[in-house]
Amino acid sequence: MSILAAERLSIAFGGIRAIDQVSLRIQPGVVFSIIGPNGAGKTTLFNLFSGLYRPQEGRIIFDGEDVTGLAPHQLARRGLSRTFQNLQIFYRMTAIENVMVGCHRHERTNVVADLLHLPSVARQNRRTRLAAQSALAQVGLQSDTDRLASALPYGALKRLEIARALASEPKVLLLDEPAAGCNPVETKELEGVIRSIVKAGVTVVLVEHDMRLVMNVSDHIHVLANGRSLAEGTVAEVRRNPRVIEAYLGTHDAPEGQDTEEAARALG
Amino acid sequence: MREPASHRLALLGALAVVIVLMPLIFPSAYYYRVGALVFIFALAAVGLNLLMGFAGQVSLGHAGFLGIGGYAMAIGPVHLGVPPWASLLAGAVISAVVAFIVGRPILRLKGHYLAVATLGLGVLIAIVLTNEASWTGGPDGMSVPRLVLFDWAVRGSQQWYWISAATFLVGAILAFNVIDSPTGRALRAIHDSEVAASVLGVDVARGKLAIFVISAVYASVAGSYLALINGHVTPDIAGFLRSIELAAMVVLGGMGSILGSLVGAAVLVVLPQTLTILHDYEHLVLGLILMGVMIFLRQGIVPSLAAAVSGRQT
Repeated sequence: MSILAAERLSIAFGGIRAIDQVSLRIQPGVVFSIIGPNGAGKTTLFNLFSGLYRPQEGRIIFDGEDVTGLAPHQLARRGLSRTFQNLQIFYRMTAIENVMVGCHRHERTNVVADLLHLPSVARQNRRTRLAAQSALAQVGLQSDTDRLASALPYGALKRLEIARALASEPKVLLLDEPAAGCNPVETKELEGVIRSIVKAGVTVVLVEHDMRLVMNVSDHIHVLANGRSLAEGTVAEVRRNPRVIEAYLGTHDAPEGQDTEEAARALG
Repeated sequence: MREPASHRLALLGALAVVIVLMPLIFPSAYYYRVGALVFIFALAAVGLNLLMGFAGQVSLGHAGFLGIGGYAMAIGPVHLGVPPWASLLAGAVISAVVAFIVGRPILRLKGHYLAVATLGLGVLIAIVLTNEASWTGGPDGMSVPRLVLFDWAVRGSQQWYWISAATFLVGAILAFNVIDSPTGRALRAIHDSEVAASVLGVDVARGKLAIFVISAVYASVAGSYLALINGHVTPDIAGFLRSIELAAMVVLGGMGSILGSLVGAAVLVVLPQTLTILHDYEHLVLGLILMGVMIFLRQGIVPSLAAAVSGRQT
């Protein structure tokens, strides 16, 4: 059974069908990548999955439940977390405080107890801090614990978002272009981080332009173009798919064999 | 920007010492009154700071809650025979309920739109207080009976100095508590990115509403004290200028700094009193000073000075 599925999902903005009848099923425990040229609708699909947009047609099934139209925080509480292509960092908070917000859905206190700083709040704070520390360590940021997020370099912030999402102990983690702006060394590290996340039993859905990373870590790839599903399959299947190659490079009059070869190289 | 957790206990201790020592240099009873007013406004400013400085939601109508708290002290005992202490609680409860009901729709708004909506709320409360003359005495206001606690009638500026200082300290402690709690972290997250907070499971609408209600209660208690210390209350307490003054205290002292709210309140209470020696130029000079502070200490007095001091150390 799939952990996350879209059924004939559609949304349009001002007449442009950003996502058009997209269906996909994501099996638990895999790295499922969604690729496609710029403007294909990848981030829009993530915004639908995480509840930031409400689909105009179709359904979203998460963990066996129809979650279409639920608010982001309700989805988060069911175990769906994400990162953002354009960083959404809590800049006025320290690195560990950022991650502690990720633990929010597991925190059991209320406003009155918090105001009075009851012993239960102190215990909760300690538990949250411990959980946040291990999430920071998982992405290699343990030495930046108490630094203000605004003082961290870009690559560290990328990882901070992953740690924050991990701290919510999600069943499914949506990673939106985690390698964007990272140098080759950072991207290689990221690959290790993604592998460790999947190993811990979290399903990873990846939107990424770095084809080397996608081809290295993915179990399954779904290709979008102009808001529609173009192809789906394993890494090898997608690599060979002529429609995918065409979508990425466009057609021209070169002999077919050579064209495909070039495209395959571009795809990793 | 905000005080580190490790410094807070020391800060509260130092504040308590200052509160106790200040009267030694007061030349007359009048200064007790000014001191009491500083703490009363600082209490309201701390509450507003939780909303503005931590959760990032502006309110230009908070004097409305000062008004509810203030008029509760007049209407309760005079019209309904409710003892003052119970009227104070009733005022806080009514403020909380009003904030809860009004907060739900208006806290969906952001930035300037929220500013105008809260401004409308404040103006609305002031108009009701002015027009319902049979209950509120209209524009002339009402006199407020003295607070009596267990046969002890609270009178005189000196007693109000101690009561308002102690209440301010309690308010500051509660504020510090909430900042480093799950609720406080969620609110600070909302300030920086509502989207990120929501995908981490934070109920953004509920968080904003909770802090709006809490800050309304702070203002309501401050309003009740203000009515009691003055012995009368007029619709001016809920006026637009009062709301702006509260917001100015928060920004001037430093958004997100609890000590800043006290400093902001002190400046805006004491400065106009001091500047009266300038007669016609009083408001001109006050305006220039406020502009100067914001230009040269743009994060507010306390955070800017704290940054300058720690910058010199390293």
